[in-house]
Order: sequence, then structure tokens, then C-alpha cells
Amino acid sequence: MDRNEIFNEVIAIFRDVFDDDSLEVVESTSSKDIEDWDSLEHINLILAMENKFQVKFVLDEVALLNNVGEMVDLIKPKVNENE
Amino acid sequence: MKLLAYPFDSGYILKKKKSIKRELLENDNLITKKIALLSGSTIGVTKDILEIFLLNEGIKPIFFEGDYNRFYEEAVFDYKEIAEFNPDIIYIHTTVKNVIDFPKVGLKKGESEKLVNEEMKRYIQVWESLKNNIGCSVILNTFEYSPYRVMGNMEAYHDNGSIRYINSLNQVIIEYARENSGFYINDLNYQAASYGLYNWFDHSVYYLYKYPFAMNAIPMVCHNISNIIKSLFGKNKKALVVDLDNTLWGGVIGDDGVENIELGVETPKGMVFSEIQRYIKKIMELGVSLSVCSKNELSNAKKGFDHPANELNVEDFTVFKANWDNKNLNIKDIASEINIMDDSIVFIDDNPAERQLVREGLPNVMVPELDEPERYIDIIDKSGFFEITNLSEDDKKRNEYYRNERRRIETQKGFNDYTSYLESLNMSSEICAFNNQNIERVVQLINKTNQFNLTTLRRTKSDIEKYIKDLNAITICATLDDKFGSNGIVSCMIASINDDAMEINLWVMSCRVFKRELENAIFDRLVLECISRGIYKIIGKYYVTKKNNYVSKLYETLGFSIIEEDEDHSIWELNISDDYAKKNKIIEVNINGQK
Repeated sequence: MDRNEIFNEVIAIFRDVFDDDSLEVVESTSSKDIEDWDSLEHINLILAMENKFQVKFVLDEVALLNNVGEMVDLIKPKVNENE
Repeated sequence: MKLLAYPFDSGYILKKKKSIKRELLENDNLITKKIALLSGSTIGVTKDILEIFLLNEGIKPIFFEGDYNRFYEEAVFDYKEIAEFNPDIIYIHTTVKNVIDFPKVGLKKGESEKLVNEEMKRYIQVWESLKNNIGCSVILNTFEYSPYRVMGNMEAYHDNGSIRYINSLNQVIIEYARENSGFYINDLNYQAASYGLYNWFDHSVYYLYKYPFAMNAIPMVCHNISNIIKSLFGKNKKALVVDLDNTLWGGVIGDDGVENIELGVETPKGMVFSEIQRYIKKIMELGVSLSVCSKNELSNAKKGFDHPANELNVEDFTVFKANWDNKNLNIKDIASEINIMDDSIVFIDDNPAERQLVREGLPNVMVPELDEPERYIDIIDKSGFFEITNLSEDDKKRNEYYRNERRRIETQKGFNDYTSYLESLNMSSEICAFNNQNIERVVQLINKTNQFNLTTLRRTKSDIEKYIKDLNAITICATLDDKFGSNGIVSCMIASINDDAMEINLWVMSCRVFKRELENAIFDRLVLECISRGIYKIIGKYYVTKKNNYVSKLYETLGFSIIEEDEDHSIWELNISDDYAKKNKIIEVNINGQK
């Protein structure tokens, strides 16, 4: 899976979790840009990504997931390991 | 909603919870219930998912969400806030993470028992406070086993073993729920085992967000809680309709013949179908009505039960439909013959095309998706269609009632005149107030009756206990027996004094005894009670639901005049006098238990 494919899947997850098909999501999107992105939805995002990509974030990594680009960067090596 | 039916995709439900909720809220036939969630750990997602499962059962929850890990303080000290919220249900979300102290290996013999008492003291305080200060139904979790075992397997049986300790804590919870009405157990320990403890504990979500178990387990837990709640509000299924070929036995009876169907210990598949029949028999013994709906010649279908390995027999089925008509039509007939709504029916069939036909023709019938026969039981079991929160003596006899009803229908065919048919039944009724002996059945009848139900007021056992003590309230329940057998308690009424009138707050009657004029006998009793209290005006209300059209004209029939009416409800009034003439002329009434 290349970075772009992962990015597109991540966008789809954001749209599902926030129930908004037209949600604009870019690399730098962070919790400041999406009103509903609170700690509760943050867990849902992480969980949805773990379920989608069949990966597990370790404790230290979750703190690093501040914006969409960082999320994709963390997922990519894990997905490639699985392949 | 199909995606909430077991086996569901937990990840998908968690991800799509917002859109699922939006879609479920479009249902305009929801009942609203107040549910207080008391927290032992983070509850946010649990609340959202519980809401979805409840909406799927037609229950729209209004939540009171307790503060993080404050279940003890809120229940014991700040209960006024909960009391003000006035919940219908309280759920206490505790897990093994809330156990404060585990026995240390060095404790002397007997000291771990002391620790059990010490640990459970604060839980008992919580339950007692909720019982005495709130008085609604309370759902408690058992504790699941801990993730680690320092002593390995000996934790299960050493004096100070943690597994033995958790079993002792759970025993206290179980005994409390057994002894106190209105307390129900959500068996988290079983759920965690069923999920697999290794997957159940997700240490990073606990340390990061204080979610006590894996997020992906939340839908399973919420499904269990919602099953208890829907059962408490009378939304359990009442009838199971089964196909025969490849559902109750392997093979096709019409082609293979009785000697060649697979059933019994000779073949692996035969054993699977025997186990399915044993499981279905157990469902029946809970009071669920069982019927057959099979595409077969009737004589062939019945021949299948001549096979010696059958656990079920032809007499176990209330209605036996074996013909070549579409199954949705047959199931509709079954519903009307048993006199239940189609949303009370579960239909089991191995054939996906038949399942689809029934789903399309009768969207209210539950039709679980089945795959391989060895998985049928798991799917029926975990779906929670028949979750029991209250098992009355009446339940165990219900199938007998259904069978007697069939015999009555046969008899009726011999009469041209309905009144002479009723007279021929030699009916008698015992009418009394609610009491400790009949309360289980009263609660059940009030909460599960949909058709003869004038106000759709649902009441828990604790509510009913209050009515029994209330001197301003009249409670009436009635049995109905006839020459074919007893029907048990089939009707309940609660009325209370409102100014100078007696208002009927609630009146329900089991569909088993419709058109038997029992309402007249009950109404006579109400009138006598009113007169003895010097009350000469009776008010009745009818609230329209999708299911209670049967009683829309009941008060008119009883001689009331209408005083208010709109599309949602009507209010009726009747003035009575000391020379009231009894309406019931057919049923012999025995009056007991004057309040």
C-alpha cells in the first residue's frame, strides 16, 4: 500500500467517524480544524484505523498522532510490515 | 437493523455510530426511557453504542452520565441528583479495574474472606442507597477475571488466589441480585470469557483513556445490556417459527424419507441437529411458543417426527404449517392464530431465499442470518431474542395455554351463536388485588402487553410494589379458567383516586383471552371498589399506539361518554350509582384478597 492509498483510506475513516461525506481532510488537518474532534472521537479515529489497517498503535505512538499526515506516517511502515 | 444483528461487525458499528444513530432516529415509533449510567471508568463510547442498540429495540434513551469513576459517591452521597433525574433504569459500569484490594499471598487462612466483605461493603452501600433512595431497576456487572496470574493456575484455588477471590466477589453480587427484586445482572465475567480475556484487555486504551476493556468489545457488552433493558420493557420475542428440512434435521423428508434424514448420534451432522432440537426445546420450556413453517406435504412433514432421535415432537408446536404457500403468508397466519404481533416472532430457516422472502414480506419478523448448522445455536443464543429477566410460573405453562386455545377454536366451530359458545366454556375467574404471590406475572403482563393496553404505561416491579402499598390506588388482577384448562393471570388494572374521580391508569389483558367478556367482570370489580370508597365517577384514557386499536372503543362499549379526543388520545367518563347492574353474566367470579 503506498502512502497515497493509505491517505485516501484515512480520509474515508474521518468522513465515516464524523458522519460528513464532504469533510475536507488534508495532511495538516488537526483537532483544531474539526469541531467535533475531541478526545472521545480521537479514540474512535485511532480504533477505526487500527481495525481498517489491522495494525496496533503502541502507547508512545498515540501521543504523536496530532494531525492527519502524522497518522499516515505512523500507519505506513506498520502496513508494509504486514504485507 | 441488519448490521446490529448478531454476529455484528464491531469495528464498523464503532466507526459508523453517528450515521447509524441518525438512521435509527427516523423511526417514529420509539418509546423514551431515562437511563442513568454510573461510571467505574470511562463511559463515553459505551453510552453512544448502548444508545444505538436501544434505538434498534425501539427505545430512545435519555441518559444521565455519571462523572468518571464516581459511581460510589454519586450513589451513596449525591443520590439526590440521580433521584431528580428520575431514571427508569440505572446501569453501574464497573469492571475488575474497580477492585481496590486483592489478597496478598502471605495472608493467613480466612483473611481473604474478610477482604471480600471489606471490598463488597461499598458496593452493598451503593445498591442499598439506590434501592432505598431511587427504587428503579438497577443493572449490575459481575467482575471479569484479571489479566495476570502471578501464581499461575493456583490463583483459581489458593486461599489468596485472585481468581478464587473474584469468584467470591461475584458470589456477593449474585446473591444480592437474587434476593432483591429490581436488581439484574449483566454478566460481564461471561462476556469477557466469551470474547476471550487475551483480546478483552487492551492495555493501551486503559492507560491512555481509562477504557477498562477493548473498544471492539463495547458493542458486545452494550448488546447484552440492551437485551436486559428491552426484556424489562416487554420487548422480548414470544414465538419461534422453524423450518424443518435442514433446520431441525439434515436432509429433505419428502425426498429422503424418515429413515434417511440425518438426526441422532450416528453421524456428525445428525448430532448437530439433535443438539439444535435440544436447544429449541429449552427455548420452548421458557414459555416461547413454537410453530412449524415448512414447504412440504403436511403428512410428510409430520412423518419426520417419527424418527426415533427427535427431541421435539408434533405436539410441541402450537401451529404446524406444512404446505406450498409462501412462508411470509404462513407466518402471518401463525401470528393471527396465536394472536400475537408479527414483531414478536423469530423465524429460523436454512434457506437464504426463504429468509429473504419473509424479511421482505414481513419486515417486523426477526430472521437471523444462518450459515452452517453447527453455528445455528450460537447465532440464536447470542442474538438475545428471549433474554429472561423475569421467569414466572406462567411462562412455563404458556405452551399448554396455547394448545388449549387451539382446542377452543375447534369447539367454537360447532356453535352458530357466540354467546352459547362462551356459555359452553364454563368459565370462571379469580379476581384479586396485586400481592407478593402474583407480582412477577403482573409486572410481566403490564410490560409485554401491546394490543389490549389502554395507556401503554410500562412499570417495573419496584413501581408495582409502590402501588400495592398506596391506599389511593386500586389494583386488580384476574385469572380465567374454563373447561379446557387454566389461563393463569391474564388481566391487570391499576386505578387511582384523582380529585373526586377514580382514574384508570393502566389496563392490560393478554391476547389469549380476547372476546371472552372478562373485561366486564373486571370492570364490575372496579365499580364495586369505587362504590365502597364513595367514588361515583370513573375516568378512562386511551392513548393511541400502532398496536392497540383493539381497545380504541372499549370505554364506549362499557358505557362511557367521551369528554376529550384528538389524534393521539381520548378521555372518557362514566358516572355510576349504588344500583349499578353487573355487566358480567357469563363468567363465574370468585373474589379474593380484598385490599
